[in-house]
Amino acid sequence: MSTGEKLVQMVIAIALFFAVVSIILLLTQRLRSRSGELVQSAAFLLPALLLIVVGLLYPAINTIYSSFRDNLGHQWVGLDNYHAIFGSDAEIKVLITTALWVVVTPIAATFIGLVYAVLIDRANFERLAKALIFLPMAISLVGASIIWKFVYAPQIGLLNAVAGALGFGSNHTWYQDLNHSPWNSLFLIAILVWVQTGFAMTVLSAAIKAIPTDIVEAARLDGVGGMRMFRFITIPSIRPTIIVVLTAITITTLKAFDIVQSIGAGGAWHTNVLAYDFYIRQSQGQNGTAAVIAVLIFVLVSPVVVYNIRQLRKAEAR
Amino acid sequence: MTTIVPEGAVSAALDEPRVSAPKAAKQALTSPWASLAAVIIAVLWTVPTAGLLISSFRPETDVKTTGWWHVFTSPSFTLDNYRQVLSGSGSTNLTPNLINTIVITLPAVIIPIFLATMAAYAFAWMRFPGKDFFFVLVFALQIVPIQVTLIPLLKLYNHPPFNLIPIHGGENPPAGGLYSVWLSHSMFALPLAIFLLHNFMREIPGELVESARVDGAGHPQIFTRIMLPLMTPAIAAFAVLQFLWVWNDLLVAMIFSQSTPPLTKALVDMTGTRGQDWPLLTAGAFVSMVIPLIVFIALQRFFVRGLLAGSVKG
Repeated sequence: MSTGEKLVQMVIAIALFFAVVSIILLLTQRLRSRSGELVQSAAFLLPALLLIVVGLLYPAINTIYSSFRDNLGHQWVGLDNYHAIFGSDAEIKVLITTALWVVVTPIAATFIGLVYAVLIDRANFERLAKALIFLPMAISLVGASIIWKFVYAPQIGLLNAVAGALGFGSNHTWYQDLNHSPWNSLFLIAILVWVQTGFAMTVLSAAIKAIPTDIVEAARLDGVGGMRMFRFITIPSIRPTIIVVLTAITITTLKAFDIVQSIGAGGAWHTNVLAYDFYIRQSQGQNGTAAVIAVLIFVLVSPVVVYNIRQLRKAEAR
Repeated sequence: MTTIVPEGAVSAALDEPRVSAPKAAKQALTSPWASLAAVIIAVLWTVPTAGLLISSFRPETDVKTTGWWHVFTSPSFTLDNYRQVLSGSGSTNLTPNLINTIVITLPAVIIPIFLATMAAYAFAWMRFPGKDFFFVLVFALQIVPIQVTLIPLLKLYNHPPFNLIPIHGGENPPAGGLYSVWLSHSMFALPLAIFLLHNFMREIPGELVESARVDGAGHPQIFTRIMLPLMTPAIAAFAVLQFLWVWNDLLVAMIFSQSTPPLTKALVDMTGTRGQDWPLLTAGAFVSMVIPLIVFIALQRFFVRGLLAGSVKG
């Protein structure tokens, strides 16, 4: 399609959508009775509900079912796919690398975000200082990966230049260093930390500013100050928010495949993680084992989401 | 659940600093070491992007042979890299991909927001049987990761039931398969959008709706005349989030839009095939970043409001 055709298709799609919605609204306009409200509710709710059922509920059930069937979906294979995943050394390595991501990313991003939020709180340049950390959030993970691939590049990369200047040599391969797998993944994890710290900093900063002044004043009258104030007043006051931030970043980390895809060049550097493994298996037509990986991500993510939502409620009730 | 802290605190977090709690803690930490730590973090978070931006304006041989910081000692700049990614020939021209990204993003933002606002209205102000059940269903489906849905959706698009037209794959899918991309993004956005907008809508006083009903207005009128204008800030908040998700998405693009690859996919391909072609990669990456950065900075206030609630989205 040419550029013009694409734009026309886009306008058609939007126009079509609004035409359908307008017709629905107009047709149900005149209804007033009790049963009329039922029809109106259906008109308002069903389009969204239909998309959710077709796009999320049915596929979720179907994927769980497919994880017990062969790649073509023709035959019931019991737990074979699960055995194939959990019985393979390569796959165990993927799980270990994923675990490294899930442990390091939320803790590092939340810690740096919290420290930074406290350090710049009420500083004259607070707005600017926040924007600097905040901006990477607008960048795609693909863009962030290119930025950091450039930092890690041999010869022209900043990191090698710094290492060279400090006398550690300037020919490091960083994330491509297969001898130190899975630790070479830390260079990829740094990218996600770089992106997620802004999120942690912004949310935690807002929570810090919402701590009631009288609590702080009372503590100060009692002679609490400095690090003890941070440790016994600030941290406990924002604990639910800290947990929400930690869990939210955990969820993002479990599902993030972009970085490994864009920088890892097909997992050639042994930096494979679950979400990436899913994509590879799917693209190779290994639908059975891909479904197992998807189910695994589902099972790992669900409790974290539930816990996250409960903490979010708690933080809000304050 | 839209925000974790009172609204005022969020805007205060962005606006002028007021008297805040950990002042004392901060004072203790305001040693030279603390300031140094803040500066180091700020530098680490800024310099990589600055390096990319500077490199994208350097001549090809310079970029490939020397680090970007050499620009301070021997400055030389060119627009050639941008010329090549914006109007070059063949696979290095990213303009078609930029168009694809725009064409994918606009409907994928507008459609789910409108549908979600309608559904949120139904949940907030209409009476119908099974309301609680449906709401819990929508809420619960937030936990489904995108990966879980992709393979069945792809099959469904390729071989739809009831002899419907395949909207993906096949000989000639409508709009080059774009409908499958728009539809997927809309589906993935809906649970969270409905939930967020519903929470916001509940804050609107019920008397407003009741009095409008007494005056003879039907639901569609109340929705279009009263709710939509009042909901604008919440809609804007979600719109910015959804815009960034769709614009920056790679996974959905890799699966559903092979024939209309957006910028993210084109850049990944470029990284794979021309991994050392830094003049192109730096300029290309910046082209993909500039619009979300502008939107982000311009609509920061709205964005922060939805930030936390949006963090669990697939």
